[in-house]
Amino acid sequence: MKIIVAIKQVPERDARIRIDATGKWIDLNDVEFTLNESDAYALEEALLLKEAHGGEVIVISAGPERVGQTIREALAKGADRAIHIESDDLAQYDALGVARLLAAAIKDEAADLILTGLQSDDLGLGQTGVIVAELLGVPHASLILKIEATGNGVATGNGLKVLRELEDGWFQHIELPMPAVLTIQSGNTKLRYATLMGIKKAKTKEVKRIAASELGITPAPVVTLHQVTLPNKQRTTQILSGTPAEAAAALVEKLQFEVRVL
Amino acid sequence: MSSVLVILESKNGEISRISWEALAAAHTLAAGLGLPLDAALIGLASVDKITGKPPRTLFTVDHALLRDYTADGFTEAYTQLIQHLKPAYVVLPHTYQVRDFAPALATRFNEVLISDVIGLTPSTPSPIFVRQLLQGKLNASYQHTSDGPCFLSVQAGAFRADASDAAPAAIESFRPNLEPAQIRTQPSQPFRASAQTVDLSTAAILVSVGRGIKEQANLPIVEELAAALGAELAASRPICDNGWLPMERQVGSSGQTVAPKVYLAIGISGAIQHLVGMKGSQCIVAINKDENAPIFEVADYGIVGDLFEIVPALTAAIRKAKP
Repeated sequence: MKIIVAIKQVPERDARIRIDATGKWIDLNDVEFTLNESDAYALEEALLLKEAHGGEVIVISAGPERVGQTIREALAKGADRAIHIESDDLAQYDALGVARLLAAAIKDEAADLILTGLQSDDLGLGQTGVIVAELLGVPHASLILKIEATGNGVATGNGLKVLRELEDGWFQHIELPMPAVLTIQSGNTKLRYATLMGIKKAKTKEVKRIAASELGITPAPVVTLHQVTLPNKQRTTQILSGTPAEAAAALVEKLQFEVRVL
Repeated sequence: MSSVLVILESKNGEISRISWEALAAAHTLAAGLGLPLDAALIGLASVDKITGKPPRTLFTVDHALLRDYTADGFTEAYTQLIQHLKPAYVVLPHTYQVRDFAPALATRFNEVLISDVIGLTPSTPSPIFVRQLLQGKLNASYQHTSDGPCFLSVQAGAFRADASDAAPAAIESFRPNLEPAQIRTQPSQPFRASAQTVDLSTAAILVSVGRGIKEQANLPIVEELAAALGAELAASRPICDNGWLPMERQVGSSGQTVAPKVYLAIGISGAIQHLVGMKGSQCIVAINKDENAPIFEVADYGIVGDLFEIVPALTAAIRKAKP
């Protein structure tokens, strides 16, 4: 089975948030980057499928040079090769533009399955996978926790049976033919770490670099980010300060005399 | 004349609460832009009652191939309705179902869904839509710049559904042309994984733990706090994903929705998926080392600092205070 996993490099969760001079994003100096969490689960699902059924796992990512580091991590975990769509100004593209870049770069690979995370931890648009499916003309299923069966066991023939998460603790099975796009929800499996051997091997694996401009997709956004701001507080938070013991005592007093729960 | 179209969602014959919130948001947008508002609905929901101000027309979209939700069926049916009505704006509730088909629907029109909207200003010529970035640490305003329909989904709890019931709207049925071959996925009946044995919604006090606890071996410090308070233990998604606590203790959009008297959020940053599950709590206490964590935006009381120092101190102080 040939599986493509679209991954994204995002700022670390505890990155310092300072709005940059453009007022449209955060200052990236001193920011550490990491593999987007639900994409890590998508990669894990792909590697498990490969272990069970054989085949190839290809990771694809768009972004500037630093994205190469996250691609190497994915290769070190076990992906076979990678495609890096190089762009220093990805922010000029909206969700449709980025999906068009990805779709253009993976179209000729004729993969059986395309996986990606449910949403990114930075922009959180939650739609790249669904748009890529639409652009490639293949079916999709989103919020997938588990790929339960492939191939003959499935009524649709050359297909998949997947477990989809619904709201409020409900689930559903979906069958769909391949090729297909799945967006993966976190939590079904344990993520693996790269082994020392994997890290060593990753250095020799192929990373195909394509400049975004070579793909013939112009940014042409229909939705543009106007400005970012720090959020307004919805409630007036009383910050209880002092040493841990002082803050704890102050909170207990509030719980006793203001909230009246103790 | 152009219009605003709001797409409502029905589940088990009921229109969901967040659909009424989307209707309220769509009314705000339509009124600000001086546009009429229509609504649409797939499914067999009872439509004799509209919560809030009614739309001009409610389009009931019906076809045998739409009885079970599929992304393909809903995308195609709503594509045809939008081609028929030509609205300037399409407003949807940000549910799991909507996020499954709405991006494909927008793509059919060479448009992009502005997802998870928490605020809107209907300024002309182009309204401003606010959504969150970086797990709620930033707000971002977006504008739509093309001539095609603008698609947006609204986050749960961001807009207040109008309370009063109103007269039924004009109802018109719309039958899309669908072929079985267009539906490529086969959904099975939804199910619940296991009987829920913990009902967090009835607890008066919840001690809820998040990523900040770092590892499972550290859980006893929050368990002791919960015991001292007589509280139930709850968690944010990553804790349950890791298997440190069972899924049934998860609070948030994929877990339980709670509204206790006091909610103590410990080491929880407060991403929107968590906030929608707990922000109805009467009193929210947040303990977090990051003073910019979004949880402090909804908290009544906050302690900024290391939970490994503060939680044991709090447990000790509670034991001392309790008779």
